[in-house]
Amino acid sequence: MAVLVIAEHDNAALNDATHKVVTAAAKFGGDVDVLVAGEGAGDVAASAAKISGVRKVVHADGASVAKQLAEAMEALVVPMMDGYDAVFIPATTMGKNVAPRIAAKLDVMQLSDITDVIDSETFERPIYAGNAILTVKSSDAKKVVTVRGTAFDAAGEDGSAPVETAEAPAGPFKSEFVSEQMVKSDRPELAGAKRVVSGGRALGSKEEFDRLIVPLADKLEAAVGASRAAVDAGYAPNDYQVGQTGKIVAPELYVAVGISGAIQHLAGMKDSKIIVAINKDEEAPIFQVADYGLVADLFSAVPELTDAL
Amino acid sequence: MKVLVPVKRVIDYNVKVRVKPDQTGVDLANVKMSMNPFDEISVEEAVRMKEAGTATEVVIVSIGPKQAQETIRTALAMGGDRGILINTDETVEPLAVAKILAKVVADESPDLVLLGKQAIDDDSNQTGQMLAALLDWPQGTFAYKIEKDGDALTVTREVDGGLQTVKLATPAIVTVDLRLNEPRYASLPNIMKAKKKPIDEKAPGDYGVDISPRLSVVKVTEPPVREAGEKVEDVATLVSKLKSAGAI
Repeated sequence: MAVLVIAEHDNAALNDATHKVVTAAAKFGGDVDVLVAGEGAGDVAASAAKISGVRKVVHADGASVAKQLAEAMEALVVPMMDGYDAVFIPATTMGKNVAPRIAAKLDVMQLSDITDVIDSETFERPIYAGNAILTVKSSDAKKVVTVRGTAFDAAGEDGSAPVETAEAPAGPFKSEFVSEQMVKSDRPELAGAKRVVSGGRALGSKEEFDRLIVPLADKLEAAVGASRAAVDAGYAPNDYQVGQTGKIVAPELYVAVGISGAIQHLAGMKDSKIIVAINKDEEAPIFQVADYGLVADLFSAVPELTDAL
Repeated sequence: MKVLVPVKRVIDYNVKVRVKPDQTGVDLANVKMSMNPFDEISVEEAVRMKEAGTATEVVIVSIGPKQAQETIRTALAMGGDRGILINTDETVEPLAVAKILAKVVADESPDLVLLGKQAIDDDSNQTGQMLAALLDWPQGTFAYKIEKDGDALTVTREVDGGLQTVKLATPAIVTVDLRLNEPRYASLPNIMKAKKKPIDEKAPGDYGVDISPRLSVVKVTEPPVREAGEKVEDVATLVSKLKSAGAI
């Protein structure tokens, strides 16, 4: 058996989500190869070659896959699948965009956002915002799987796999990249952060979000997250949203400030190791999952906490 | 531009889901059902395109039980022109849904299919992308903004790290994310008007699509329960608790 893992990266650095998918792929069994598709991503391919347990890295370099758009990725990956029993892809926005396109072309039903590999046909995945866990068996000849990073440990980096080059598909494709606006931050990336401080609607404005949440996150060297309500109200960028349809996080420490705890938000953070909730409403559902709950006015409690750290 | 909007009838997003004791699924008996919230956003966007003069017709399609007709009526009350119900009591997986929709597209020849990015029941996030692959159309997933640009569409997408803008040749598939718009509530006169709008009724067999599932449910279980911890008195106690737990 052989599994192809599609690497998550930004052409400059390999994202840790890749290491986690390698762990899931190793549990599936067989040889694990990593595909690095990008433009000028030689350093990424070299990093991927160091991931423990990888047989080889396939490096496809070209403008058509620079942004890993789905149409070009389909053209690249589908022909490669002759040599593989499964493709494992991180459940990032890249993976969610690309994987179903590959699955449909292979005429197989994708397994989305898996949290465990039981055997080579059976997988576990959350449904209904994590309120139920589905164990599901696939009868398809090939498996197309997206992997929830928080459910697997990152593979180590003591490997030295060979790097093969592959041709990037020739365009043009029916979609083209125009531009991107990325949130620049020196803070840890939300999905993989060890600590996360999230703010909710109770902050009341973007100014208060920035004045209270950001310094606390800086003190804790934490990533910043937000509830959907806070993002919808414009207090924080959309990329900060933690929840069922946003980022899924499972840090060592999750601090929820002024977040009531809708099931859709809990779906994105309830696997965190320690959860702290600060909310003035003692009936807020967030307290039902919090290890430490502080019923207090966040406008006084948060600065006090920031100062005490 | 003709727009096709597929909608799914799902458990209402406010309902607390309960797993059946025999572990075969979740309990849907006597549970409130509604239109998938992401599909409301795609209906809203299509109706706004029609109001702005960019869309000429908005066709609503749903695959599901007889009651999915109510979901179509809701979309028609929001401003859709007509509906197609593809009636089945079977569970239809995203791949089969995409195959049926590909046939509907062949019949209807829309310039744009607007779908919700995921359904909140199975959380698969697959149908739009699969449909795009089957049709060999371009896709703009997780849309934050959609603009018509001559014969093309400019779609700004919510991606990890920020926003990405892509240009799609039409016909195209777009799946919508939360921030695209705020769906309207249908007014009473529009609800009355929607009752007179036509809904065609079909079955998966009419399209010659095999909907037999590729996945089989081994079991559905409750997630591990997280126990509530303790309430702390003040910030100082919180800090000392976090220190002794090794969290800071």
